[in-house]
Amino acid sequence: MSELDDLYQEVILDHNKSPRNFRVIGGANRRAEGYNPLCGDEVTVFLQVEDGVIKDISFQGSGCAISKASASMMTTELKGKPESAAHELFENVHNMLTGEPGSEGGGARVGKLAILSGVCKFPARVKCASLAWHTMESALKGEPQPAKTE
Amino acid sequence: MNAVPQNNPGTLASGQFDVARVREDFPILSAKVHGKPLVYFDNGATSQKPQCVIDAIDHYYRAENSNIHRGVHHLSEQATAAYEAARGKLRGFINARSDKEIIFVRGTTEAINLVAQSYGRAFLKAGDEIVVSAMEHHSNIVPWQMLCEQVGAKLRVIPINHDGEIVMEEFERLLTDKTKFVSVTHVSNALGTVVPVKEIIALAHGRGVPVLLDGAQAVPHLQIDVQDLDCDFYAFSGHKMFGPTGVGVLYGRAELLEKMPPYQGGGDMISLVTFEKTHYNVLPYKFEAGTPNIADGIALGVAVDYLRGLDWAAVTAHEDGLLRYATEALGQIAALRIIGTAKEKAGVLSFVFDHVHAHDVGTILDQEGVAVRAGHHCAMPVMQRFGVPATARASFAFYNTIEEIDVLVRAIGRVLKVFG
Repeated sequence: MSELDDLYQEVILDHNKSPRNFRVIGGANRRAEGYNPLCGDEVTVFLQVEDGVIKDISFQGSGCAISKASASMMTTELKGKPESAAHELFENVHNMLTGEPGSEGGGARVGKLAILSGVCKFPARVKCASLAWHTMESALKGEPQPAKTE
Repeated sequence: MNAVPQNNPGTLASGQFDVARVREDFPILSAKVHGKPLVYFDNGATSQKPQCVIDAIDHYYRAENSNIHRGVHHLSEQATAAYEAARGKLRGFINARSDKEIIFVRGTTEAINLVAQSYGRAFLKAGDEIVVSAMEHHSNIVPWQMLCEQVGAKLRVIPINHDGEIVMEEFERLLTDKTKFVSVTHVSNALGTVVPVKEIIALAHGRGVPVLLDGAQAVPHLQIDVQDLDCDFYAFSGHKMFGPTGVGVLYGRAELLEKMPPYQGGGDMISLVTFEKTHYNVLPYKFEAGTPNIADGIALGVAVDYLRGLDWAAVTAHEDGLLRYATEALGQIAALRIIGTAKEKAGVLSFVFDHVHAHDVGTILDQEGVAVRAGHHCAMPVMQRFGVPATARASFAFYNTIEEIDVLVRAIGRVLKVFG
């Protein structure tokens, strides 16, 4: 039972219920769509990047509580950060979600996102949590194809 | 399934299905998951296997393993006899006229691809139309789309109503001189709808159009008689009818199979090969290139023996009772909406919540030991039709119990507690 409580913590449930930055950025200069073919989760990430800094970031789409909360927390974490920090956080979050050795709990390297660390106990849900991150990464890189978690 | 009234070990003296007794035949049903007794409600994805099927595979590799249709030695003759006996059992299972109408394939998907690529490429041309329904599994959509691209044919789709039933008037409207093939599911995997296939077949045959039925979800629940249905092709998988994975059957009407070209080339499907010309083998071997899945084919025959040993009147009554009980119990949960409310249903209960995604439902149910499928069930157009991204699906088999449905209901209570 504690694993389930770990997964669905209050903060995650709150981000699911009231996702932050859940909107379209009209003139976004970076944008990408992400899709999880396994379950049909869809997300679009919008970014306004100026002089290498993420001035604004938002998302839209449909998915489970984990994918929505992860996307929501990602936007709050990345707003105002330099692009390089976003790449770094992507790597660190990815390692935490997939349970890479040494990434237990996330620690300082993922900040508040450590709350998502419970996901690694649920292998079937890792892709839910990582979808928005893959999509953000692909938007920053300007990749033409929709991001996939596969 | 043409019940063979042996001593019907799964039936109580009262005529009621003895589910406790039948559960003993399935070793995995006593497993625990996260410390709780397994409640296996993912039978639509794959069914569990009785001990006799597991033993048959073990026995084959221990005592009979050999290649078939070629050796003159003892083991090969034994393996060939066992494999061909399984074919005979499957013929009886669906009441086909002849063993040569039973083609062993990997499963339903391969069966449909075989018909699309062999019959379809030989007899369909640009401008022809293929009709499927809006509740098909992807494996009864994509093979036809591939064929359409190859020959320039068009795919037409029969709409379904809000209960998840085929709109028959629309089907009649879609049937025109251009229609050259109809391929529909017998039972919907995502909604549980039992499709009025006899009516569809009669209408199609009225225009000389052949019909394939995707029977993957029907064979575990209904007694299939391909002569009574009058279908031209019937496709099903072994693993959904308590047999092993990796083996299934394409039934085809002999006169159609005779005029179809082979699907794959190789060993077993030939009678004579020279570099100038190859003569193909007779039915059913013409469609069975390469060494087949011998062990699992034999074990599927054993699954048929097992099923035919059950009293199907009792099985059907038990399964109807499960579905009715579950529909009523879940129907009382205010936040829950059942997707698929056809009058005729078999074995499947799909549901959604307004505020909880199916994945979250699946994860929490799993913690209670309840295995359901969460997702689009390889039927994305069905999800689009009902405006949902995914559903949670409980799919039942005859070894499930009313008590297990009570566990599901309690576990759903836990979902609602987590999500307030």
